[in-house]
Amino acid sequence: MKLLEHRGKGLLLRHGIPVPRGFVVRSPEELTDLPWPAAIKAQVFAGGRGKAGGIRFAESLEDAKKAVDAVLKLEIGGHAVREVLVEERLPIQQELYLGLVIDRSARAPLLMASLEGGIEIEAVAEEAIFRMHLPPLLALQPYQVRRLLGFLKLTGATGRSVGEIAQKLAKLFVAEDAELAEINPLVITKDRMVVAGDAKLTLDSDALYRHPDCADLSEDLTALEDRARRKDIAFVQLEGDIGVIANGAGLTMATLDLIGRHGGSAGTFLDLGGTDDLEKVKEAFRIIRVTKPRVVLLNIFGGITKCDTVAAGIRDVLEEHPLEVPLVARMQGLHEERGREILHTIGVETAASADEAAKRAVGLRNSQG
Amino acid sequence: MAVYLPEQTRVLVQGLTGHQGAFHARQMREFGTPIVAGVTPGKAGVVVDGVPVFDTVAEAVEETGANAAVSFVPAPFAKDAALEAIDAGLRVLVIITEHIPVHDTMAIAAFARLKGSIVVGPNCPGIAAPKERLKLGILPNRIFAPGEVGVVSRSGTLTYEIVHALSAAGLGQSTVIGVGGDAISGLSFSEVLSAFQADEGTKRIAIVGEIGGTAEEDAAEFIRTQVTKPVAAYIAGQTAPPEKRMGHAGAIITRGRGTAMSKMEALKAAGVRIAAYPTEVAALLAHGARKS
Repeated sequence: MKLLEHRGKGLLLRHGIPVPRGFVVRSPEELTDLPWPAAIKAQVFAGGRGKAGGIRFAESLEDAKKAVDAVLKLEIGGHAVREVLVEERLPIQQELYLGLVIDRSARAPLLMASLEGGIEIEAVAEEAIFRMHLPPLLALQPYQVRRLLGFLKLTGATGRSVGEIAQKLAKLFVAEDAELAEINPLVITKDRMVVAGDAKLTLDSDALYRHPDCADLSEDLTALEDRARRKDIAFVQLEGDIGVIANGAGLTMATLDLIGRHGGSAGTFLDLGGTDDLEKVKEAFRIIRVTKPRVVLLNIFGGITKCDTVAAGIRDVLEEHPLEVPLVARMQGLHEERGREILHTIGVETAASADEAAKRAVGLRNSQG
Repeated sequence: MAVYLPEQTRVLVQGLTGHQGAFHARQMREFGTPIVAGVTPGKAGVVVDGVPVFDTVAEAVEETGANAAVSFVPAPFAKDAALEAIDAGLRVLVIITEHIPVHDTMAIAAFARLKGSIVVGPNCPGIAAPKERLKLGILPNRIFAPGEVGVVSRSGTLTYEIVHALSAAGLGQSTVIGVGGDAISGLSFSEVLSAFQADEGTKRIAIVGEIGGTAEEDAAEFIRTQVTKPVAAYIAGQTAPPEKRMGHAGAIITRGRGTAMSKMEALKAAGVRIAAYPTEVAALLAHGARKS
């Protein structure tokens, strides 16, 4: 779960990492006072805010109102700007990069730092990036901080501040169940303060149960994705128009790929998971109906999931509310014969293989023009 | 001999008293796996289908000589259960549970390495050795046939589909391992490939990968330098959009990394045959007796 900059900065502050003074507004009228020269920053998940005109500067209240108004009219990377962060403009001396990610191969958090902050870390030369794994059972140790500061060639009070921020960020990373915590830039100001200029945080949605205060922050899911999640259905809205329902993440992805191979394009990724729950099957069809597919492709391999249970759910939901578009199905595995029989009774003929089903689905889509 | 499973495997089920635990313990036993104990805190003295339940893993090990565990413990308690099993000295721990927070999994994996335990999963279907009649997990019993193909996979259902296709093509399996669909897994592809390469019972290898992370790219490098047995692979998510989690916590293309294309190219360059669709893995392995 991604956090908007101002929410990310709120978390940094809670963990004792300095951030600029600021507040959020949703309209120029909300801005009644500008206590300091300000940066006006669009609060969106998309990158490239600066280039899109989403970051502006203002010295006066009047200019700030104009800037807020202009930024609120923007759409950045497909996201309309709804919130603007107005914060004290920092007198920048130097910009660093400080970040933590999870290194999947090493099964450990990876601390990264660079003197070349303010640009995407991917654009920084390898040799200019400090990388160090943090052993998962330990916190960031003082010797590791010394290595970090040695690489960055930071000493004195500034070095101490950066070291403290690194330790606080490492603690936050574990305590808040973060998957990504980037401060870019970490600003050293002209008066030698060290302050987080930006905050990019992603929290682990599987750990939200232990962060109830964050539970309402899932701003990056669409309404339909959120509805599916409540039924424990993995659902992703895609660009195409063939609705896909399958069981298991791997099989569902493979089904999308088969559609692609036959020249079609999937409109949904809908993974039923392992289920013996008729209600889940029914909800899956209700969700897919909302996406207005031209054809629906069902691909079930019954390992633990029983084909006849899925088929019965489909029969029930389609009797309630028939599908206006063709349904192509493939069913194999546990109780496959019974499952196919049930589908036959509602006029759905099953394909012999997933490949054939995908081919048939694409053909039916194309015949609609 | 099956990889990873100890001689005389004796299995303890964490969460045996739950619906999933009881159901799959029966299935494992029907497959031939000795299920010797269950552990559910507060349920000592309960007997499930003839299997005694203990409060702690240590007691269960003491009383029954269990040396491996399968965990169905719900995500919020899964880390504690795993650390307890590892601390009790179990050699192999299979974690079926989905939605375990990633920081918990990192702690489990680090502690397992410290204590010399193998963790399969989390969010996985488990491990099966058809010839030894051993299954630790939830894979369907009837898809297997004993044979010489080692299968390693990040997916559940796709594994079933491919194993089913292998069996239908007359290609039995030595060991089938689902390493799990999370961002962090206790076993990497490379580690399993290393075990398959060393295993005399494994003559060919099937890999089922998917988008996200670099496990397949790491595996390709390992295969190029260390594996002499023929390998075929299928990679799911060739048409998946970036920055979207495709069902599995680990199946996500982030910042342009972890695409199916990158994985397929790396594997192909290492001499791995790439299947265009899942069940084609069987045909590729039926033909190629040597590494291409």
